[in-house]
Amino acid sequence: MTSVSVAATGSSAVAAEAKHSTRSFWRVAWRRFRRNRIALASAVFLLVICLVALFAPTLAPQNPNAVNILFPHQPPSSEHLLGTDESGRDVFSRLLVGARVSIAVGITSMIISITIGALVGSVAGFVGRWVDTILMRLTDGMMAIPYFFLVLIVVAVFGTSFRNIVMVIGATSWMVVARIVRSEVLRYRNYEFVTAARSLGASNLRVLFRHVVPHTIPSIIVAATLGVANAILLESALSYLGLGLQPPQASWGNMLSNSQAYLFDNPTLPLYPGTLILVTVLAFNFLGDALRDALDPQYKESSH
Amino acid sequence: MIAYSLRRLIQAVVLLFIVSMVTFALIHSAPGGPSILANPDLSRDQIEQMSESLGLNDPLPLQYWHWITSVLQGDFGISYNTIEPVINLVGNRLPNTLLLAGIALIISIAIAIPLGVFCATHRNSFLDRMVTSFTFLGVSVPVFWLGIMLIVLFSVQYRWLPAGGMATIGEGFSLRDRVEHLILPVFVLVIGNLAELTRYTRSSMITVLGEEYIRTARAKGLVQRRVLIGHAMRNALIPVITIIGVLLPRAVSGAAITEAVFSWPGMGSLAVEAATTRDYPVVLATTLTVAAVVVLSSLITDLAYGFLDPRIRLG
Repeated sequence: MTSVSVAATGSSAVAAEAKHSTRSFWRVAWRRFRRNRIALASAVFLLVICLVALFAPTLAPQNPNAVNILFPHQPPSSEHLLGTDESGRDVFSRLLVGARVSIAVGITSMIISITIGALVGSVAGFVGRWVDTILMRLTDGMMAIPYFFLVLIVVAVFGTSFRNIVMVIGATSWMVVARIVRSEVLRYRNYEFVTAARSLGASNLRVLFRHVVPHTIPSIIVAATLGVANAILLESALSYLGLGLQPPQASWGNMLSNSQAYLFDNPTLPLYPGTLILVTVLAFNFLGDALRDALDPQYKESSH
Repeated sequence: MIAYSLRRLIQAVVLLFIVSMVTFALIHSAPGGPSILANPDLSRDQIEQMSESLGLNDPLPLQYWHWITSVLQGDFGISYNTIEPVINLVGNRLPNTLLLAGIALIISIAIAIPLGVFCATHRNSFLDRMVTSFTFLGVSVPVFWLGIMLIVLFSVQYRWLPAGGMATIGEGFSLRDRVEHLILPVFVLVIGNLAELTRYTRSSMITVLGEEYIRTARAKGLVQRRVLIGHAMRNALIPVITIIGVLLPRAVSGAAITEAVFSWPGMGSLAVEAATTRDYPVVLATTLTVAAVVVLSSLITDLAYGFLDPRIRLG
């Protein structure tokens, strides 16, 4: 354990110093990451889920939207691996297609929230003074609003299209990223290499994006991984309330919501989509935590 | 302290105004307007007449002015759907949400603080590791799914507890009945809050236990109990109070989803109904009330923080 943390502090100091050692920073991080078995398993699982999401239409053994009202709530069989739902649709195929929605919403809204958060955070930290005050008050204000009600209104008002859902989740979840990036920028703003770049005549924008922002990338990666987990949870909650992507298109959230009306006929129905949401979100959280340990060794020391 | 409280109070009021403006602008930019106007039985003239009488044809800033001035006098308008004063709707639902979220928060705090302190003093023990794994589960589980599975187990399979609602319909008030209806939703909410609160208590306690005044206390010969309760916890709980403030918006959001699962007649379900039918006055009132409750509670936690730690109010 001690050898790990020694290597860790050494590596980040070196990485901050000169560019040619950037590669060794990532190599050390990877070596540290590789030791975490749960995180490796999570990464493999998520890779599989992403592949399933990509190729769902080809992989699905049955048409996920084919209704057969003569055979609702069938038990698992060779034809229907996990049985059928209330309209006789194949549960297994619907789960595969549902993975698309969760992964696509999770990743797209994460990209939006990271973009907003990184912009707000880096500008606030770099420019400072009143710009910083206004942006950070805005961030605090956004954090104090029960975002779920905001999301609810936007989706109910503007419709439940993929674009709207992704935009509203992204627009209400950037605050943590903004705070992290700001504190990183504040930390690096006064380093000597920044002064050096300035004295060489680099413009403010160039200093910010070429010399300061790259140092925030490790913490952004961590925040992004955890952000996907939250976005998937939020999307499933919206779908559950009937404000996600609309049926017959399957998503894990709306499968859960449909299942609740048939708990007495088919109590196993909510088990599958719920477990998939839980395991996927859990995997993203494990991955994010392991990345934090691998990329930012100081974090562990300060919080434990 | 007075200057600090005043500054916080002004910030809270400004924040509420911003929330009201954002919500107002959002809901009024909806294509199509409120659902009652989409009624196919209405003629074009009638629709025109209705939107005129509802004031929907005025310029937006003027509409906002009319609305906010009446809200400041305690009048939230009349629901488009039920033609009831909105203040009554909110008045009926808000106590139910506060009951649910409040009980859950109190139970979470009562469990999380001793648990976090124990984990901090017994680091890497079996229980500590269990708690850490549980923390991951707690933040990853979809609360509504947990609710559904509990209903399957306790209401469908064993029929021990009711599947939803606040009280058995058609029966008079009984405390036992009320408590039975509360158990499952409160449990779901506690699981949601517990993970984060325990983790923060643990790490805050660990930081404090490394301080020099703890060593001094030990050197004085105080027993472990006195050191923990008299010296460490007093300081460790200060940041925990702030975290409770940060958790509040999330707790309220969690309560909204939990209400939907257990058909609990609270603000969450009211907001969902109103949002899907574009009942403007109700949407605005629910959002503003919920925001007010959250902002007020975080104001109180902030003031408590400033009261307990002079560095905050002076800094």
